[in-house]
Parts: sequence; C-alpha cells; structure tokens
Amino acid sequence: MSRAIIDLHDIAYAFPGRAATLDGLDFHLHEGGKVGLFGPNGAGKTTMLHILMGLLRPDRGTVSLFGKTMADGKGFDEARLKIGFLFQHSDDQLFCPTVLDDVAFGPLNQGLPPDQARDRAAEALAAVGLSGFEDRVPYRLSGGEKKLVALATILSMRPEVLVLDEPTTGLSPEAKDRLVEILTNLDMARLVVSHEPDFLSATTDTLLAMRDGRIYPGKLKAHSHVHVHEEGDVPHEHEH
Amino acid sequence: MTAIAAPFAEGRSLLHRLDPRFRLLAAAALTLPAAVLHDLRAALAALAAGALLVLLARLSPVRVAGRVLAVNAFILFLWLFIPFSLDGAPLLVLGPFTATREGVDLALLLTVKSNAILLTLMALLGTIPVQDLGPAMQRLGVPGKLCHILLFTYRYIFVIHQEYLTMRQAMQARGFRPRTDRHTYRSYAWLLGMLLVRSWDRAERVHGAMRCRGFQGRFYTLTSFAAAPGDYAFLAGSLIVTAAIICLEIMRIS
Repeated sequence: MSRAIIDLHDIAYAFPGRAATLDGLDFHLHEGGKVGLFGPNGAGKTTMLHILMGLLRPDRGTVSLFGKTMADGKGFDEARLKIGFLFQHSDDQLFCPTVLDDVAFGPLNQGLPPDQARDRAAEALAAVGLSGFEDRVPYRLSGGEKKLVALATILSMRPEVLVLDEPTTGLSPEAKDRLVEILTNLDMARLVVSHEPDFLSATTDTLLAMRDGRIYPGKLKAHSHVHVHEEGDVPHEHEH
Repeated sequence: MTAIAAPFAEGRSLLHRLDPRFRLLAAAALTLPAAVLHDLRAALAALAAGALLVLLARLSPVRVAGRVLAVNAFILFLWLFIPFSLDGAPLLVLGPFTATREGVDLALLLTVKSNAILLTLMALLGTIPVQDLGPAMQRLGVPGKLCHILLFTYRYIFVIHQEYLTMRQAMQARGFRPRTDRHTYRSYAWLLGMLLVRSWDRAERVHGAMRCRGFQGRFYTLTSFAAAPGDYAFLAGSLIVTAAIICLEIMRIS
C-alpha cells in the first residue's frame, strides 16, 4: 500500500463559544490520491484544512504528515514546504509587489538561490499559462488571473500534494474551465475542497462528504435538473 | 482602485542604476542633517543638492512639480501663522497682527528645508522599486518588523480602502447621509472599528498563507545587490556634501 501523505485521526475543534465544528474527524490521503471533499458552507471544511496545515491547533486528535506525527510548530514548518496550499481568497495569498516576486517567494523560503528561484517561477507561470506576467502587479489582475498566479506560487515550490480550498470561489465560468484544464493536466496528489460537485468530479477521482463535523464516503448521483438560459430563444447546444 | 503608482522607480538614469543600499545611505546622510539645520545658507546648500539629484535622476519635471506643489500647499499654512507668532523686529502690521523679521526668517528656513528633504527623497528613495526597498533596508540592518510594516502597508492599503468603500456604499444604500449628529459619529466609529477588525483578520490570514509557503520571519529576494566602485564614489560624494552642509551650520553657530 502506498505511503500516507496526510493522516488526520479523531480530530475535534470548536471555535471559542460555539458548538464543535469538527468532532471525531478522520481523513487519509495516500500518495497519488486525488480526493474531493464536498460539503455545504460552514461544514468545517476550511477549519479542517487549517488544522492539517498547522494554522489551527485541534482540541483533540493527531495530525500526521508524510508519516510523521506533528507534535509542534517545527514539524509543520518542514511539512508545509511539501504541501501546496491554495487559499480561498487570492488576496490573502498574494502579497508581493510583482507576480514574479510572489511566485518566487516559496522557492526562496525553501533556500534556493535567486537564479534557480527565478527559473522555478518562470516554469510555474508557464504551467498555468501566464508566461509574461512576471512584472505585473498581483493586485491589479482579474479574479481568475489572481487565482492562477496563486496556484503558480505553490506549484513553484514543487509540492508533493496540492490542497485547494474552494478554488472556484468568485471565478467566471471561463476561469473555472481554465482551472479544470490545468488541474487535469497536473498529475499530482490532491485534496480539493469545494461545494461544487461538478468541479470536484472533473478534478478528483474519489469523493468524500463532510457532515456534522465528520467525513463520510460521498455519493455522486446523476439526476435531471431544470435550468434557465439567459437567451433561451437563441438555438444552442448542450455539452453533457 | 489601483495600487500606489511608483512612476519615479521606472527609469534608466545614473541614479536608478546605483545600488539601492547606497541610495538609502546617501538619502539618510543628506536628509537627517537637513532636518535639524538652523542656518539658511546650509539649508539652501541642501536644497541645491536635492535639485541636482533630481536632475541626475532625470525625473519627469511635470510629476516632480506636482509633488512639490502638493507639499508646499501645506507649507503655505505655515506662512499664515509663523511670521505673526514670533517676537522680534516688526515687518508688517495687519490690524492686531504683526509679522516679524524673525518670523519670516523661520518660515523661509522651514520652507527651504522641507523642499530640500522632499527633492532628495524623491531622487534617492523614490527611485527604488518597492520590491528592492524592503530587502535593501533589511541588508542595512533596519529591524525586520519595520521592513515588514513598510511592505504590507504598501500592499494592503488599497485592499483596506476598498473594504472601507464597500462598507460606505452599503451604509449609503440603507439611506445613510452624514450629518453633524450623534448617529453619524456613532456610525462612523462603528465603520472604523469594523475596518480595524477586518484588517486584523486579514493580517492573520495573510500571515497564515505566508507560513504555508515556508515563511519564517525573514525575507529573501530575487535581487542580488552588488556594490560597484561607482556606488562607493556616489556615497563618498554625498558624504562630502553632507559634511559641507554641516560646516556651514557650525560656522554660523560659532
């Protein structure tokens, strides 16, 4: 059996003064695994991701990354360098004056010399189709471009696993398609969290659902639905 | 909705090619004495040095004039008060107010000093791209926290401004009209409080995101600084000018 990359055991977490967000949660991701986690807003998906990245400390339970139990901050510092975590809001992730500086930030922290960090950045930007964006200002990019730059900032670290938190939030349909295309072409272990089943089924092969602070095997079921078209009179084709 | 524009940082002049660390040092050497001068001739010398640096940096004259005017609009207010608030030889009597020679001298000195510092900083500090400024300060031993504050203020001030505008619009959409009453003051206080809370939350999220990319308190940079003989020569020149300005000042006192 392949090595476990992420292993959460019996995790419990409650925000101060509120009922438990997570309670007895177990989660595993193995090498090469592509797992989608589905759940309604407020189900605790982001909380779980922040616990697995060591940004929040669980009230109970253990976090193991790459086979090591995370006991303190130091273990997380090391493990984070191998996990590419994409935040829900790109403005939280992109903080440098130029795209190049932002994409090279991770590699520089990994200890690469500037030349190599620059090469890594160019490679990552090419992977998301944004070559030539090096000198642009992250803040002035469109939402879709910001998301792709944010993705490049973690790809440049050459992580062993991608952890994506609601990557489709606020994206236009075109930007979403672009993201699906990029993720399909990347052969990398991943945990994708989303409330969009369509996106999850396109980018992952195992579906889990989050409910009442725990994780259950997900079931994707095709069902017919009614939808509305902006310009229903115009003849059009469906791509189902 | 735009980030802070830095038109002066883009250029190919002699000054732009200098090592940012040396530009920072020269800026400190020239502006700190200028800030504490009392002698008009010394202040004029500092002003001349600033003007020369602006010429060397080949900055757009229109933009320079714009900024100089903006700063001098504030200095104009000094001219309304200072000449009338110092005791000394009367120069001009306007009803109950008397402008004195000493007052006018002081206002003139402040004006010259302010403009000298402004020009010097535009030429030396304004020409450093912000992505080089933090690392350059860090290399010179400026405390890390100070560098971080500078970088993040630059990056997030517009994000926070945008949140402020959004909240203002939401208030207006519910019929809020600012007036001079308790309701207005209380609403503004809440708006500012909320802005502070949101900024704090954002800072936490940004810091988390940085830690996830391996940040442990120190910035590394793509720019490698390499001092050339020209950098040393420039710094030496700046120090000589600084020394000359300090001499003028000391000669006046003795």
